[in-house]
Amino acid sequence: MKPLFVYLLRLGDDRLILSHRLAEWSSRAPDLEEDIALTNIGLDLLGHARSLYQYAGAVEGAGRGEDQLAFHRDEREFFNLVLVEQPNGSFADTIARQFLFDAFQLPQWRELAGSTDEQLAAIAAKAEKEAQYHLRHSRAWLVRLGDGTERSRHLMQKALIRVWRYAEELFWSDEVEEALAGIAVVPESLRDEWTSTVTSGIAEAGLELPATASTRLSGRTGIHSEPLGRILAEMQYLPRMHPEAVW
Amino acid sequence: MVSEQAVWDVAASVVDPEIPVLSIADLGVLREVTIGDEGIDVVITPTYSGCPAMDQIRDDLAIAFSRAGLTDVTITTRLAPAWTTEWMTDAGKRKLTAFGIAPPRSPSEPMLCPRCRSGSTTLVSEFGSTACKALRVCDECAEPFGHFKELI
Repeated sequence: MKPLFVYLLRLGDDRLILSHRLAEWSSRAPDLEEDIALTNIGLDLLGHARSLYQYAGAVEGAGRGEDQLAFHRDEREFFNLVLVEQPNGSFADTIARQFLFDAFQLPQWRELAGSTDEQLAAIAAKAEKEAQYHLRHSRAWLVRLGDGTERSRHLMQKALIRVWRYAEELFWSDEVEEALAGIAVVPESLRDEWTSTVTSGIAEAGLELPATASTRLSGRTGIHSEPLGRILAEMQYLPRMHPEAVW
Repeated sequence: MVSEQAVWDVAASVVDPEIPVLSIADLGVLREVTIGDEGIDVVITPTYSGCPAMDQIRDDLAIAFSRAGLTDVTITTRLAPAWTTEWMTDAGKRKLTAFGIAPPRSPSEPMLCPRCRSGSTTLVSEFGSTACKALRVCDECAEPFGHFKELI
């Protein structure tokens, strides 16, 4: 597989899977405004995934379009972070997952806007503007819950600890990124900014930074946690049952 | 031979499906019309990456062109430069206000309630009924309203 194709799938799969998780909040969020916020953010992510898949399909040159890539790949062919496939849990769990991702994707888009690949740079420049709203949203909730009642603080702290083990994978890279110098962003280069965003948010929320932990899973090579299979089963069921169906 | 202005006018008759007071020209979504040897090329740009209205706008454009008897029209979606609310026309902003939506502002402009023009309003949520809107409420007349949020 061409490195650029794999890289675009890594970016796109993160967003597709996370958008699916956020869509699961539809009609279930703590209040109406939050229901709309989470699904709006999910819709932005889905839009980013679509742009990335359309481009990935063109790069691959095998005639696969966005729907083929989203609905007709198996678990091992998905390269998203294990972080984004984690179940929604409580609202605090969702915010913790989202905050760690938002703090990463904002600088990631900003750097990709300077990519020497024109199409990727165009997608990134557009997405960066939207991602600013996302980070403001998850950070505000982190602070509100951390600095709220005893119960909300407890749940937020627990959520951070639970999700923390998946954070290290944000910085994972291999020969794919290496082969794309000037085109891709090496995630390690985003670590300082991510750490500073995350620690300042956690400090403002009055919460404690979890101890370092990590997982052996590597979503970037297709090794996932169990929940991804269930997401795909639900997401892909209809188009696989009726591959020719159109709206 | 049809003129570029005439094609532009046909394209500009297409409105945003969610905010039907705004044409795609008012929104700044319609970027360019060129007529070359290959036919007519119409360039549009998406507002938000995930905005479902874009698919509808593309369909509506195709219908508008076919009704106007224009064939050989290619509709191209261009991402760069990225759309910004600064491309919304002043006429578009006035239409939004009349429709009950606070338009995007320049940094020096105050946020006004579209109903009573009060400058005292409160943000309820940065995410509203469409990708482009935040939800606010007026402190004076208590009207909840959408604010077409700035994307710069």
